[in-house]
Amino acid sequence: MRATCWNGTRNIQVERVPDPQIVNASDAIVKITSTAICGSDLHLYNGFIPTMKRGDIMGHEFMGEVVETGKGVKNLKVGDRVVVPFPIACGHCAQCEREMYSLCENSNPNAWMAEKMWGYSPCGIFGYSHMLGGYAGGQAEYARVPFADVNPLKVPEELDDEQVLFLSDIFPTGYMAAEACGIQPGDTVAVWGCGPVGQFAIKSAYMLGAERVIAIDRFPYRLRMAHDKAGADTINYEECDIFEALEEMTGGRGPDHCIDAVGLEGHAPGIHGAYDKMKTVMMMETDRPVALRQAILACRSGGTVSVAGVYGGFIDKFPMGAIVNRSLTIKSGQTHVQRYMRPLLKRIQDGEIDPSFVITHRINLSDAANGYEIFAKKQEECMKVVMKP
Amino acid sequence: MAERYAHDSSASASIEPLSIALGWFSLALGAAELIAPSRMARLIGAPDDESTRNTLRAFGAREIGAGIAILAQPDRARWLWSRVGGDALDLAWLGRRMADANSENDRLGMAAAAVAGVTALDVYAAQRLNRAGAQPAAKRRGVKVEQVVTINRSADDLYQYWRDFKNLPRFMRHLNAVEVIDQRRSRWTAAAPAGMSVRWDAEILQDREGEWIAWRSLPGSQVENSGSVRFTPAPGARGTEVRVQMEYLPPAGQMGRVLAMLFGEEPEQQIREDLRRFKQLMETGEIPLSDGPSMWRAAQPAKRAGQIREMAGVSE
Ligand SMILES: NC(=O)c1ccc[n+]([C@@H]2O[C@H](COP(=O)([O-])OP(=O)(O)OC[C@H]3O[C@@H](n4cnc5c(N)ncnc54)[C@H](O)[C@@H]3O)[C@@H](O)[C@H]2O)c1
Ligand SMILES: [Zn+2]
Ligand SMILES: [Zn+2]
Repeated sequence: MRATCWNGTRNIQVERVPDPQIVNASDAIVKITSTAICGSDLHLYNGFIPTMKRGDIMGHEFMGEVVETGKGVKNLKVGDRVVVPFPIACGHCAQCEREMYSLCENSNPNAWMAEKMWGYSPCGIFGYSHMLGGYAGGQAEYARVPFADVNPLKVPEELDDEQVLFLSDIFPTGYMAAEACGIQPGDTVAVWGCGPVGQFAIKSAYMLGAERVIAIDRFPYRLRMAHDKAGADTINYEECDIFEALEEMTGGRGPDHCIDAVGLEGHAPGIHGAYDKMKTVMMMETDRPVALRQAILACRSGGTVSVAGVYGGFIDKFPMGAIVNRSLTIKSGQTHVQRYMRPLLKRIQDGEIDPSFVITHRINLSDAANGYEIFAKKQEECMKVVMKP
Repeated sequence: MAERYAHDSSASASIEPLSIALGWFSLALGAAELIAPSRMARLIGAPDDESTRNTLRAFGAREIGAGIAILAQPDRARWLWSRVGGDALDLAWLGRRMADANSENDRLGMAAAAVAGVTALDVYAAQRLNRAGAQPAAKRRGVKVEQVVTINRSADDLYQYWRDFKNLPRFMRHLNAVEVIDQRRSRWTAAAPAGMSVRWDAEILQDREGEWIAWRSLPGSQVENSGSVRFTPAPGARGTEVRVQMEYLPPAGQMGRVLAMLFGEEPEQQIREDLRRFKQLMETGEIPLSDGPSMWRAAQPAKRAGQIREMAGVSE
């Protein structure tokens, strides 16, 4: 089959690789009909996440048709149309029972690597480094899906791929980020990053009762979508001081909750940017927590900072003093996608939201390398790339 | 926790992640200095001339050497100290460059402060590792390993599965087979490289249903060993805590060879992985396999599904 392979930093190629086969009795093989590139993939693409190996198949946002099931699979049959959540969960461990699926204790065969970095290991993730399992990803023609009774969600025929594909990751991710804020009537939520995750965080914050959402980015086309499609007020951080702008817009209180939808490749103009760049080049820190620092400082005392953006390692100049002295709550996590798929599918069916609004590029899988490049460089007003094998 | 006799390695276990992070740091810094010396020079504010570039390249080679060594060597402490030496070199060089008229002193100052920060970490890690490994190697005879895992099943279920010793090779990687001879005795076969194997007979010493099992090899075995497993309910219906203790004492002289053969370089890690597999098997009914176990192969399907099983040492 054809698959999108990582061959080093900013080196993606579509290659011929063997077709997947059933390895575990609980596996299913899915013939992929739609697959997307995520902001998280950019962290691999740009070389920020260790334990990648030449030839690793990328991709964790995908859906398709079941073409084969292992002998232990009961809930799925050949021909079922499914969306596959990016965290691989076993459904039986204590974390899965608590619906903390991205913390599944059994799905990462390479858990020892994650334990060295982070103390304990989270779940395995499709196409997301060996430290997180070494599973082949879904930017390919086929994928092997472990624990097939637990993970894939069957989706109704009347909804097309583009409407349900993002149940695999970014819609639940934006939703979980907003839910973590514990939004109360009258609350203002500020969202750093107007990428796909940011867009869904804005939409979700409104669904959960926010009075007002303020979105922050520097790309006018992304701010425009946040405003026109998701209903946010917007600030371009290159045109003003974010802290002052937020203070002004919230009557001096600060936003009640702040969502970081940027992650470890935060961009900053001026001295801050240079500082983190140097620190990461010298490996004094692995991540550039520009947005996170701002979110913490800007948040109203007693508010919540919800971190959906991915961080991998160590950060520097983390304003712990602000957190302690102003009673801030930090919430984070890889999304427990399985927990949100059904309720969010219902919202789609009820016509409350059509997640396809973020799609700007539809390309063939063979053009994946180009898709990565324009998405990474934010060219051609690229917001979300969906690929068809 | 693993312990080689007369040698407490708990400090070594907890310092490991830090030294690994420093290993990564060395590799990355080294790569940057080697590959992009001009960029590094500009970043740290030193004049971008041939002498700066050459110095940075030399530092880069040193960093990469130290990085690989830290990550690959069991004796990390020594290499961490080589990092400390490296940091001192960096500091001295940065100090000299700061006096240079072409340098932007602020940036160099920042770089120096950064390196100094790492030096503090290096010294800390190296000292802890030194303390941990202070015992002379001659005293290390045999291995004693203790590991614990919590499993989301009842103590009875876990006990039943374990008590049927022929199940052990399903999750204990170094075992080929355990043949049950009678209520007390069993015959164990462990894999060795080149298709060879070691065999010994064992007897059960203690057996308390649903609580614990202890066994040991019969006198005169090629590899003297003993083990025990204890099942205790975790608080608040959190499943069962499974504590395993295993001790291996090969005949004098052969120790290194036999132990390396049975457990590879890290017996502690091996038993830990065995317990992880026991947990997977008990909670999910299988041992999930990925396409890229460790860093051995890329995460893409194998031509033959069996290939991945063989690599991971998991039978059907
Ligand atoms: N927690 C999870 O489970 C999960 C799931 C999916 C994605 N993510 C993470 O969410 C993040 C965003 O993903 P995405 O797909 O939207 O990526 P994206 O690259 O499309 O969007 C990131 C946006 O952040 C903006 N940005 C950069 N620096 C900024 C700053 N200082 N202030 C404000 N905005 C800034 C960029 O301009 C860009 O528009 C990534 O880190 C990704 O890994 C997390
Ligand atoms: Zn994603
Ligand atoms: Zn689980």
